[in-house]
Amino acid sequence: MHIVVCIKQVPDTKNVRIDPDTHTLVRQGVESIINPFDMFAVEAALKIKDQNGARITVITMGPPQASEALRDTLGLGADDAVLLSDRAFAGSDTWATSTTLSAAVRKMGDVDIIFCGKQAIDGDTAQVGPEMAALLDIPYATFVKKIEIPGDGSLKVVRQTDEGTEVWKLPLPCLLTVIKEIGEPRVPSLRHKMRAKKAEIPVWGAADLGLDPDHIGLCGSFTQVVRVFSPPRRTNRIQLEGSLEDQAEQLFQYLKNARIPGL
Amino acid sequence: MHYFLTEEQQMIQELTAQIAREKIRPVRAELDTNEQFPWEIMKILSQADLFGLYIPEEYGGMGGGIFENCLAIEKLGEACIGIATSFAASGLGAYPILLFGGDELKQKYLPQIASGKRLAAFGLTEPGAGSDVSGIQTTAVKDGDHYIINGSKQWITNGGESEIYSILAITDRAKGPRGASFFVVEKGDPGFSFGKKEKKLGIRASATRELIFQDCRIPADRLIGREGMGFIIAMKTFDKSRPGIAALGVGLAQGALDIAVEYARKRVQFGKPIISFQAIQHKLADMAVKTEASRALVYSVARYMDSEPHDVSKVAAMSKVFAGDVAMEVATNAVQVLGGYGYMQDYPVEKMMRDAKILQIYEGTNEIQRNIIGQELNKEYSRLKESFL
Repeated sequence: MHIVVCIKQVPDTKNVRIDPDTHTLVRQGVESIINPFDMFAVEAALKIKDQNGARITVITMGPPQASEALRDTLGLGADDAVLLSDRAFAGSDTWATSTTLSAAVRKMGDVDIIFCGKQAIDGDTAQVGPEMAALLDIPYATFVKKIEIPGDGSLKVVRQTDEGTEVWKLPLPCLLTVIKEIGEPRVPSLRHKMRAKKAEIPVWGAADLGLDPDHIGLCGSFTQVVRVFSPPRRTNRIQLEGSLEDQAEQLFQYLKNARIPGL
Repeated sequence: MHYFLTEEQQMIQELTAQIAREKIRPVRAELDTNEQFPWEIMKILSQADLFGLYIPEEYGGMGGGIFENCLAIEKLGEACIGIATSFAASGLGAYPILLFGGDELKQKYLPQIASGKRLAAFGLTEPGAGSDVSGIQTTAVKDGDHYIINGSKQWITNGGESEIYSILAITDRAKGPRGASFFVVEKGDPGFSFGKKEKKLGIRASATRELIFQDCRIPADRLIGREGMGFIIAMKTFDKSRPGIAALGVGLAQGALDIAVEYARKRVQFGKPIISFQAIQHKLADMAVKTEASRALVYSVARYMDSEPHDVSKVAAMSKVFAGDVAMEVATNAVQVLGGYGYMQDYPVEKMMRDAKILQIYEGTNEIQRNIIGQELNKEYSRLKESFL
């Protein structure tokens, strides 16, 4: 079984600042980390490797220094890593990113499962996973918290929704985005770390992926960020306390006093 | 300060520091309070390939030495020496097999210990035999192709939790010091059981139990080395393991210093952070000097011992006695710097102070270490041709 895990380097949000003039993230001097949800994706892949055996390839699209993030995942036990890096990829929105990542998966050819984190903590779009599945024309499930491999060429997954949980069966190959309930990321092992230190991480550019320059980077992006701003802090909030019945009663009285039509 | 570590040694430090920070610090207080054995952490250390640092690669280890093991123990010890002791004690149990076991014993047990799938333990102390090892009463009597062991071992670290035990028993009392032998006993062997878990002042995450042998029957090939080698094996094992205990002391001192300095920078009294007062500065300075001196000694000794010299007893004892005493002093002063807060369980320094005490007691009390150093000095100088008088 061949598993591909897609990861992203993001600024460590514990230290993030917003530039007051440009309203964009100040990235200079901010340490990059692997998107925490992607660490759950790596863990999900490693769990399958532990139990059923699998070859894990981790990919990321980013600048040359993103290879260090890939090296970290090799230290955790991933087998291979590929960096997708090219000036032509700069300015990608989620669609152009998905185009690039899915081209890499297509180039590998023999992929059974693709894992992504449920979303990245910088953009928070949660779009890249589903978009990749659409581009590759394979089924996908989001917010997955449990995976079983029945061994009949399918996966049984449990996904978390706002209402509860759903159990899905997906044929392979498929794409899954995972949430933290999948399991806490492990620490590296010394043997893997030593191997990772020496590992050669290939870099694939637009030409290697056979991508048309019009479909990638800024040119291939349908969306553009016009403005980034912090929403104004909301005031006049009321917090209701007490039993559910008390809270319902308080809310009812509040709405009544607020003269909502129909009450 | 840089100690010119190799890339691999730096990786060991990074990895163990990450485990200490992310996995041990968040649970140390709870494990201490509940006297709970750190199985979760042992599993993590096993997955991280750390149990076999000092074991040769042919037996499933990483092929490092005492120094590599000390680096790991130090970093784990910065967070909690109760947990780090549970880790290090497996090494203490492994050394008799590693140093004196035949190839079959090594093939059988070392890969299991190196992978961390099974923990080891070392059984020597008895109610009547601590510092005076010659007082041991446990006997092993040969019966065909088996030995039958009777007696008990006291205060055995990892007792009841480990599955592999290296224990010392008398095989021929008439031969005195040459009548003791080491054996491997496995959890589950007939006639082998455990006493109650001891309640301790510190290192409460580690388990300490009595080992009880009632006509415990083990195959004769579990003898480590030859009959009569028991005391030699015990002494050589302690030589190898003492820098590890010293590394626990370095780690504990560093952990206590880190907290004391950070606290002193934040705590404001008389309108200033208390680190601006010389009374505190000098205390912190002495703590830092001694911690660094302790580390420098332990690293030097560990590296020297890895060069396989013959005269290791003195320096091994020196590292243990110094690092243990420094840890006790630094932890006590860390509590003093934190004052009332330090005495409360809200900060980890009271636990560090309780934990530090064991470093001056186990694996040979610091008094016994000084005996060893004194005796070695006497021997060394008796051989010198030069006179200094």
